[in-house]
Amino acid sequence: MSQKTAKKRAVARKDMTRMQWTWHEIKRNKVAYFMVAPYMLIFTCFTVLPVVLSAVISLTDFNLLEWPNFVGPANYIRLFLDDDIFITACQNTLIFACIVGPASYLMSFMVAWFINELSPKIRAVVTLIFYAPSISGQAFLIWKTLFSSDRYGWVNAWLLKLDLIPKEIAFFEDADYVMPLCIVVALWTSLGTSFLSFIAGLQGIDKAQFEAGAVDGIKNRWQELWYITLPNMKNTLMFGAIMTITSSFGFGGTVTALCGFPSVDYAAHTIVHHLDDYGGMRFETGYASAIAVILFVIMIGSNMLVKKIIAKVGS
Amino acid sequence: MAKLRTRKHKVVLARSRTGDAGITVILFILGLFMFLPMYYCVIQAFKPLDELWMFPPRFYVMKPTVKHFKDLFTLMSDSMVPFSRYIFNTVFTSVAGTVGHLFIASIAAYAMAKIKFPGGRIMFTTVRTSLMFHQTVTAICSFILMSTFKMVDTYWAIIVPAWGSTLGFYLMKQFMESHVHDSVLESARLDGASELKTFWTIAMPMVKPGWLTLIVYCFQGLWNQGASMYIHSEQLKSLNYAIGQITAGGIKRAGASAAATVVMMMVPIMVFVITQSNIIETMGSSGMKD
Repeated sequence: MSQKTAKKRAVARKDMTRMQWTWHEIKRNKVAYFMVAPYMLIFTCFTVLPVVLSAVISLTDFNLLEWPNFVGPANYIRLFLDDDIFITACQNTLIFACIVGPASYLMSFMVAWFINELSPKIRAVVTLIFYAPSISGQAFLIWKTLFSSDRYGWVNAWLLKLDLIPKEIAFFEDADYVMPLCIVVALWTSLGTSFLSFIAGLQGIDKAQFEAGAVDGIKNRWQELWYITLPNMKNTLMFGAIMTITSSFGFGGTVTALCGFPSVDYAAHTIVHHLDDYGGMRFETGYASAIAVILFVIMIGSNMLVKKIIAKVGS
Repeated sequence: MAKLRTRKHKVVLARSRTGDAGITVILFILGLFMFLPMYYCVIQAFKPLDELWMFPPRFYVMKPTVKHFKDLFTLMSDSMVPFSRYIFNTVFTSVAGTVGHLFIASIAAYAMAKIKFPGGRIMFTTVRTSLMFHQTVTAICSFILMSTFKMVDTYWAIIVPAWGSTLGFYLMKQFMESHVHDSVLESARLDGASELKTFWTIAMPMVKPGWLTLIVYCFQGLWNQGASMYIHSEQLKSLNYAIGQITAGGIKRAGASAAATVVMMMVPIMVFVITQSNIIETMGSSGMKD
């Protein structure tokens, strides 16, 4: 708090201690608490509490049936030292997120930036083309048809017709192809919220700034991008990054729909799958909670890291 | 003076022809990558069976047919639970979840954006942080909590968590902060209007794009909801799940399955087409400070 406001407050509450003042403010704004109460209650129950509870349960051997015993860090030790599949899952998740995250972020931004100067009508159509895959539910399964393992799959058909392969490739059952294909499909569905926020952010920049920049000797659009556009939309970049990172760690369902569960040789097995496996099928809730905690730490960690990077943009 | 003149004539922005051409080409290629699978998905639904199983597959239809859509409805009427029940489930949870979320989240967003009270900042920071992790992290413990509240296998298990979803709330709060001016609220308060009344009669009408966005997001999420770990009874399952069961029928249902996909995706796409400009306007204030 700056000195000025501190002084102002001090005058207004000169006869009160800090506690009394806070209490006074709470009473004065009673209505505000009633207004946030329903939302905060539900939010706490279904978002905050589960995170806290996961952390606690991860230290026990809970299995939904018996009363849990405290086992300390045993679950974590087992995860890292005894569970080879978990290590594979970690690797896959990181590869997946490190490719899909930045690629989708860049693509969202580039497309939003490219279409920024188009006329509003054309821009609306292009926006729809790029945004539609992310809201179309099961439509991504069309990739399964395109890359189908028989000769009626579009890719196989043409590869056969042009004599590039001797017989059909079973794309989604081949460990070499599963991961890259899932990455492509994930990218295809990834132009979501962040894409829209970039479009809005670019539209929101004051046009006079670009004109002033041009007068001040900005030579090309790249300079304009770096010196004017990006610094002006740092907050939007931040929001977009968070949306992208969060979704690029959570693509489990898409992968399962494409290559089944478990994927061949665990080639596309991610932490989300491992979590589902132990939490949803084997009911080793304690162990699954440990996985959830690790996933939580990874997500928050990478968000913090990206936050630091974005703070440096344009400076 | 020279500076002013250049500004007026709008010849200012440095744009090279090669740059324009390059951008158009990249945009075109990316556009094809996004559009062609979508297009293929739609035309598959209109191909007669002999064209579906044609070698090599075509990117166009020679004899378009709506037979698959008819088949889809026949398959629907054969299902164990009447199909209207699945439709009702999805429509009911989508509407109930969205309406509840709209009221609960907007009123909280208003209080956090426009009233200063101890603890408000911390609450908002917590909600904002929750945007940083995916729901899968909380799924298992949510299940435990829901079974404690006896919510498992009821509509509540779908509806109540939707009321507390974060993205709609976050966008609403940011939008209110930048689009509802304190001076207007001040004068309403001076006239003796209660906070609730100010919220309902002054703030809410000013943020229409905000609540359209909130509605669209919440609705899309609920509409696309597939099998949920919180629901076991067949009578309570969603339309998306039921259609998934139809399409899982393998090769002989390829046509109906393509038709089902098209039917399901048309709804969110139409909703977006109608609300696009409002959503973009709301996104304009989505930025995350510090």
